[in-house]
Amino acid sequence: MKRLHLMRVVWVALALSANGWAQVDFAREVQPILRKNCLACHGPGMQQSGFRLDDGTAALKGGYSGAAIIPGDAKSSPLMRRVRGDQGLPAMPPGEKRLKPEELAVLERWIAAGASFPAKAPGLTSAVPRVNSKHWAFQPVQRPALPEIAGGRNAVDKFVLARLAKEKIAASPEADRRVLLRRVSFDLIGLPPTAAETEEFLRDTRPDAYERQVDRLLASPHFGEKWARHWLDQARYADSDGYEKDWSRPWAWRWRNWVIDSINTDMPFDRFTTEQIAGDLLPNAKAEQHVATGFHRNTLTNREGGIDDRQFRFEATLDRASTVSSVWLGLTMGCAQCHDHKYDPISQKDFYSLFAFFDNVEEVNIDAPLAGEFGPWIRSQNEYQRKRDALLAEYNVAALQADWEKNILYTIAHLGERTDWDLAWDCVNKLTEDGDGGKIVQIPSAKRTPRERDILTDHFVANYHFAIGNKKWKELKLDELNKKLRELKTQYPQLSQAYVISEVASPKSSFLRVRGDYKTNGIEVQPETPAVLPALNASGRATRVDLARWLTASENPLTARVAVNRIWQELFGAGLARTTDDFGTRSEAPTHPELLDWLAAEFRENGWSRKALIRLIVTSATYRQSSQARPELTEKDPNNTLLAKQTRLRLPGEAIRDNALRVSGLLTPTIGGPSFNPPIPPGVMELSYGSRGWGTGWKEATGPERYRRGLYIQFLRTTPYPLLANFDVPKSTVAACRRDRSNTPLQALNLLNDPVFLEAAQALAVKVLIDAPSSFEARAEAAYQAALSRKPTAAEQTRLQTYFEKQKTLLADDAKAIDQLAPVTLPTATRLETAVWTALASVILNLDEFITRE
Amino acid sequence: MSHPKDCQGSQQAPLKRRDVLRQASTGFGLTALASLMADKAYAGLAGGGTHFAPKAKNVIFCFMPGGMSHVDTFDPKPKLAELNGKKFDGFYQVGAKAETNRQWLGSPWQFKQHGQSGVWVSDLFPHIATCVDEMAVVRSMVSGFPLHPRGNLLMHTGRNTGGFPSLGSWVNYALGSENKNLPGYVLLHAGAVPPGGLENFSNGFLPATHQATAMHAEGKPVINIDAADKDPKIQRAKLDTLLQQDRQFLASIGQDDGIDAAIKNYEMAYTMQSVVPDVLDLDKESAATKKLYGVDDAERHKRNYSRQCLRARRLVEAGVRFVEITCPEVFGGDNGTWDQHSDLKKGHEGNALITDQGVAALIQDLKSRGMLGETLVVWATEFGRTPHAPKPDARDHHETAFTVWMAGGGMKGGTVYGATDEVGMKAVENVTEVHDLHATILYALGLDHKKLTYRFGGRDVSLTDVHGHVVRELLA
Repeated sequence: MKRLHLMRVVWVALALSANGWAQVDFAREVQPILRKNCLACHGPGMQQSGFRLDDGTAALKGGYSGAAIIPGDAKSSPLMRRVRGDQGLPAMPPGEKRLKPEELAVLERWIAAGASFPAKAPGLTSAVPRVNSKHWAFQPVQRPALPEIAGGRNAVDKFVLARLAKEKIAASPEADRRVLLRRVSFDLIGLPPTAAETEEFLRDTRPDAYERQVDRLLASPHFGEKWARHWLDQARYADSDGYEKDWSRPWAWRWRNWVIDSINTDMPFDRFTTEQIAGDLLPNAKAEQHVATGFHRNTLTNREGGIDDRQFRFEATLDRASTVSSVWLGLTMGCAQCHDHKYDPISQKDFYSLFAFFDNVEEVNIDAPLAGEFGPWIRSQNEYQRKRDALLAEYNVAALQADWEKNILYTIAHLGERTDWDLAWDCVNKLTEDGDGGKIVQIPSAKRTPRERDILTDHFVANYHFAIGNKKWKELKLDELNKKLRELKTQYPQLSQAYVISEVASPKSSFLRVRGDYKTNGIEVQPETPAVLPALNASGRATRVDLARWLTASENPLTARVAVNRIWQELFGAGLARTTDDFGTRSEAPTHPELLDWLAAEFRENGWSRKALIRLIVTSATYRQSSQARPELTEKDPNNTLLAKQTRLRLPGEAIRDNALRVSGLLTPTIGGPSFNPPIPPGVMELSYGSRGWGTGWKEATGPERYRRGLYIQFLRTTPYPLLANFDVPKSTVAACRRDRSNTPLQALNLLNDPVFLEAAQALAVKVLIDAPSSFEARAEAAYQAALSRKPTAAEQTRLQTYFEKQKTLLADDAKAIDQLAPVTLPTATRLETAVWTALASVILNLDEFITRE
Repeated sequence: MSHPKDCQGSQQAPLKRRDVLRQASTGFGLTALASLMADKAYAGLAGGGTHFAPKAKNVIFCFMPGGMSHVDTFDPKPKLAELNGKKFDGFYQVGAKAETNRQWLGSPWQFKQHGQSGVWVSDLFPHIATCVDEMAVVRSMVSGFPLHPRGNLLMHTGRNTGGFPSLGSWVNYALGSENKNLPGYVLLHAGAVPPGGLENFSNGFLPATHQATAMHAEGKPVINIDAADKDPKIQRAKLDTLLQQDRQFLASIGQDDGIDAAIKNYEMAYTMQSVVPDVLDLDKESAATKKLYGVDDAERHKRNYSRQCLRARRLVEAGVRFVEITCPEVFGGDNGTWDQHSDLKKGHEGNALITDQGVAALIQDLKSRGMLGETLVVWATEFGRTPHAPKPDARDHHETAFTVWMAGGGMKGGTVYGATDEVGMKAVENVTEVHDLHATILYALGLDHKKLTYRFGGRDVSLTDVHGHVVRELLA
């Protein structure tokens, strides 16, 4: 200890005495310190935070936070502060090891003397060397030759059978035809076959009877619904903002419509990609191509007072970049927000280079009328505007608003002066409905579009109280006007709106953010793709269009593999590479790598047709196998990675409800359109913070839309619909690339006691009692055919009959229960019988077989 | 530690149970099955492993949403009283703007030392003050966000965005439930949850079984708990038929975990319908206990809160791992109970009145039943309130210093940990992040916050992300 102290004195004395600073011998004094302490992370092999100390040019250039060494000024050099640990940050190098005082002094002298590196130090030609990786997913996709093996129906089977042969395992036989039709029906359109469809298939003896069913299903408009849901999961689609107020997004569905339509028309996946990532930038972009960019409007929106707009914008941009990475590349680049990726060769700079593609994006709402909307709107606009103007004049809005605008503009220039007006200005930014109020108010009123004009006036009327207080606002009767304006709007046809993005007029430079903090700019970055992947060739500054083209370019090793793997997962319950959400270096290698590559190549070379790919897979013998358990496989291949059989899968949450509605005849099959509110258990909405005062609440649908498919259930981020939450529907905050299938008694309670399922049981009972011959057997058979596509076995029949008799006795004197279970009086059955049939239908709708695709 | 995929919520059940169930489906009757279900703990991390010896088994999390003022409750600042009314010349920023014209505000309440440990508590909490010898008070909490939803989400899920599993879900995922007829994670509320909504109590990407089950203080406690079939005999008959059909089907297709799990779910759901109302029934408690908590208080909100406290004890007693009690929004409005940007005195006094007796009774009651050692009671909020204000009788959001405390569950009673500067502006000594609090709570439960992970989105995700350290000074 004492010696150390002495040493320090000596060094300080030396430093002081050396007026003009003695020359430092880099090779003898400095380099060993750097080599020992720094180069492992900031050297040739790795450049943490973009900083390297083995090369003069690069070292002086600095890292992500900018220059680290200021030659001649040791005191201001961030390097010295970092090795001392006096910047409020942990000292470098990380861990227990500290530089010794004498080492610190050497570095200090060296920097003070100009921080010279030896002249022969190799210079770098590029700050970002392309990175090499041997990881399987980063290698180019090459179509492998088909294995030579007998059997199977198509290419898929060759790969699977070859692997099974190696393991000396036989494939399973084809599933029973009823099971098969049911399976492919759920997988392609998310709904079970009707009894008639099953009948028809069973009667069809042509060799391609199954393929014909597949083609029928691929052509069904419900195909787009089922596969849209798969895409919506990844796109983190929701009908509300999230965060504090969780405002509903009444037009979010417009983008969902686009997805359904695009999938139904089998839009090639490369175009599907380009339009969503950059539809607005395409030459002569059509309305629908703008609508496609709604993909990026699924980010969360924070309308909370007090939050810094810049932070929220930054986070939305981060989310856009990391979502694109997760969805198309299967890479978790979000990790690189704060630092270089721990496992994958993705640097922080890589991430912010992807971020830069979205940094100049602006959120815009546009008119996006559906077919048939335009005419009625045009016919009524003049009258609507006349009435609106009359109302505004009646309440003297023009003068009041002019004064308010003057004050807002003054406030923008004098923040912090008047608290109430600060709040009013904050609200213009956060609470303007259907547009960016903060931007509009700063456009001279003569230059505003009619749409902008109306948006701002609506905001003013509804929110003037933030500036002048509730009392005065009410005295001016603006609360009344607010109501009248909203009412008026509902009386006239409105055009559907869409949430889209566009590029700002004057783009700004993008910067890496040091430690992911939006306030701390690091080095400037250009839009660029990760260095470990093939380079992007753009002329000039790369745009989102370039990014989209790069994603679907034939050199890109990830996009096709990732997409194919996720489609496979939908059809088998697990991907060929099990980590469908991660193709990075920690991913699991595919079980059938050649098959994955063959399918990826096929997908890409066959016009990126989703339908063709799905058709290929579902017509394979592999897909058509029975899912029957095989004891020998349970030992050898418990997770069915070898695909010697199909897999039983519980239906997703939406499909469970759809299934009950479909078999009971309640389903309203309308495709597309706004979300709806099914009955929600009492007490749920009051727990929704956003529903109080701000949100839309939950107006239960009573018309036919009440029985629409689960895909259209309004998804409020802070209050997910219980059925969906209970059955593992993703939370819509980040991209979800696979769904879990968990088990909780809440699921059973849901199916047993939820009103929707009671209604379905009633409807199924009524249907059976009206349609089927009046014997118990015939009715039970009809119910089973409708719900399970099969007849009950003799044992099942007996058990159902016993149950029927028992319930009949139990219910006989329970008038209240009969009333509850039998909603109508039928000519074909007594009320008691109807009630018992409802109970029996409820048993069927709760069977595991009912909610499972075999 | 085995792979998280084997946890009890997933369809891959441990082999042993599967074997037993297979037997059950062919031989045993329902009774055997039912008794099997009611059997002892199904552990979460396959086999019920903790990482090391636990001190606590259960957590009762009393959350004070809105931002409870630290300088008015557990962190006395005499200097602030001196400065009262003087101009605040510091920098106070809301959003992108700085606010001028603020003044220091001394606490309107008196502080006294209590118990043998002499821990300071303000007059707001006469009942809680009697429990200080059981409490470990952390005065040096910090949070990155002066905003309610983000602060709440951070305090509950370790992230400020939503979509991540909450502390209670992690605990259940790790430890499983001790009672198969009750959910392992219960949210006791009286019609209000903090900003951030149900995302605060979400299972995130963990299996849905780990989500909080909300129970209401008034009326029907749980959604769908009311059997559609009013007569239990009718429902039982339905279930018997249903499960017989399922089992026969199971036999026809060979072994399948999914069906096993479904059968189990139905049995548990059936039992829950009767067990839940039973556990929540306070008439099973003595008059003295009811009086201790104040469950019959004339004031509705206090009555509800006290009922929730007593129910929390009953739930924990019945084997529920994690119970959260939320506050009614009486004074704070939409942004949370303790959010007094004005009417500080009225608001904080009212909120203290509602919560004080129930929470103190909970600690005393747990102690007298010998349950305090294994039950960790946490009193937390999302941030503190400013020692300065734009007007008298008001305080704003303050994320650079606030107080939480914990009692029981292996905590060192009578402890004060960390300190703020002399005016309560900033935590300056032993600065404690929310991640540290989480790490410490997990530690008390025998869990290593770095090892408790779930693979999602290509990463092994944990509650504390890359942060957090265990505050050993708080532990006995």
